[in-house]
Amino acid sequence: MTVSLSTHAETPLEQKRRFEHGGTTMAAGHRVSLKNLSAWYEDQHAVKGVDLDFEPNKVTAIIGPSGCGKSTLLRCINRMHEEIPGTRVEGEVLLDDQALYSDAVDVTAVRRAIGMVFQKPNPFPTMSIFDNVAAGPRLSGTKGGDLRERVERSLRSAALWDEVKDRLNQPGIGLSGGQQQRLCIARAISVEPEVVLMDEPASALDPASTLRIEELVEELKTRYTIVIVTHNMQQAARASDTTAFMLDGELIEAGPTEKIFTKPDDERTERYVSGKFG
Amino acid sequence: MNAVLRPVSKARKRRDLAMRASLGLATALALVPLVLVLGYVAKRGLGAWSWHFFSTDPTGSFLGDPGGIKSAILGTILMVALATAISVPVGVGVALYLTEYGKNSWFAKAVRYFVDVMTGVPSIVFGLFVFIVLILSGGVGGYAGWKGSVALSLLMLPVVTRSAEVVLLLVPHTLRESALALGSPRWRMIAKVVLPTALPGLVTGSLLAVARAAGETAPLLFTAAIVNGTSLNLGQRMNSLPVQIFTDVGQAQDRLVARAWGAALTLVVLVLLLTLVARYMSRRSRLT
Repeated sequence: MTVSLSTHAETPLEQKRRFEHGGTTMAAGHRVSLKNLSAWYEDQHAVKGVDLDFEPNKVTAIIGPSGCGKSTLLRCINRMHEEIPGTRVEGEVLLDDQALYSDAVDVTAVRRAIGMVFQKPNPFPTMSIFDNVAAGPRLSGTKGGDLRERVERSLRSAALWDEVKDRLNQPGIGLSGGQQQRLCIARAISVEPEVVLMDEPASALDPASTLRIEELVEELKTRYTIVIVTHNMQQAARASDTTAFMLDGELIEAGPTEKIFTKPDDERTERYVSGKFG
Repeated sequence: MNAVLRPVSKARKRRDLAMRASLGLATALALVPLVLVLGYVAKRGLGAWSWHFFSTDPTGSFLGDPGGIKSAILGTILMVALATAISVPVGVGVALYLTEYGKNSWFAKAVRYFVDVMTGVPSIVFGLFVFIVLILSGGVGGYAGWKGSVALSLLMLPVVTRSAEVVLLLVPHTLRESALALGSPRWRMIAKVVLPTALPGLVTGSLLAVARAAGETAPLLFTAAIVNGTSLNLGQRMNSLPVQIFTDVGQAQDRLVARAWGAALTLVVLVLLLTLVARYMSRRSRLT
């Protein structure tokens, strides 16, 4: 199965197949590869020539001190970096073998295929719980399939259905912080993406909600390729399969999480994971 | 003596008291004319109010019944409504361009600058402009209600634009980002997320512009002109409250001056109602 990033709309059959496939069975995941990726804000070189692969059906954590470029790196993957005026990207991001920055690729198609969850829960304030999740297909223009069913499935996947099923018409901002963040996860996966990016998704939440999000990440990886940026090393250790350590815009080291946290190759990684700086 | 919590000196306490007193005095002074104006308008205006006052047109006859202000009320409502229909979509459109597309480009900066300049243009200039372009040029006939609306809409445009831009900038950037991150085209993000979130604020800003336009005389004097009878046709001359007040006050008859007071009170109440609605809407707003 390949992901369609061309600007032409999917046929209903294609869509149905993708929808059912993504929704009910364990999908063969998709690999994201960064090739010599650099990103700038004006003159500030925030990401410096990073080569990194994100494996299918794995959770990759990106750790590093504040300002090391980990969020910028994440935002390059779904081309959100370019939304900020004065920014620039060089190098390549590949989804399987398709170059996301090629001229033939439509940016909205990239973002449909690669969903994102932000640091602070940000449900749309004018919308109900139902409409917040339905906003995924509505805003991205994804048609086909029963909307109600899709909303329910997304809420179930985000482990929120049982808590909200009796009050779907109430405002999304009436939920607690942790619920709001799971609502945002439901919204992100309602588009049926292939990859889910999470930018410190639990940093604004209490410990119990954080734990729920981490359990959710563990479940979601059966269907998606997950990249999670975190400044919380315990979280990276708990929730990820692979960990990448960044410092000053450079990728210092990436490898199996256990190795990074127990016997990293680089002395700077060692010092960071043992809490000596950052 | 405790060196950490040094006592406040007497002189400092006195200075504090004096400053507070002068601020209170300034506030009281500013309230004096406001209360006087409202009180006097209410006192003189209420005397003129009656069912007859609201239900008849000015007769224009020198002797006998001078008539009421029905045509002026309806004219004001119609002309302001058309002006709103012109200026609100355009003004919100300009504001959307500035916040969502132009941002800090040189063109957007130029637009923002000219909108600010327009805010300061005296209203009579808009009246003259429409008079010269739409009436003296002779292409589209003489005085007409819609020409008054055009002059009013020119006056409202910068107010609507500026207030809409402020409100749109209040919409959290994270909402735009999360809509775009879902794969939404920019126009759909604006239509489904930005505009609904900003709606109460947009309505408030527009209502304040409406209130401002409802009280303007100068843009209407040489555009919609003066007429006695009720006209619901925007293609004809049209009466309005400010112009009715303007002409009545200049008359030598007490009855007409009394009608001016009644019309003035009507105008004040109309604007007050609009402002109350605007405040209610902005309180319902989720943006702070």
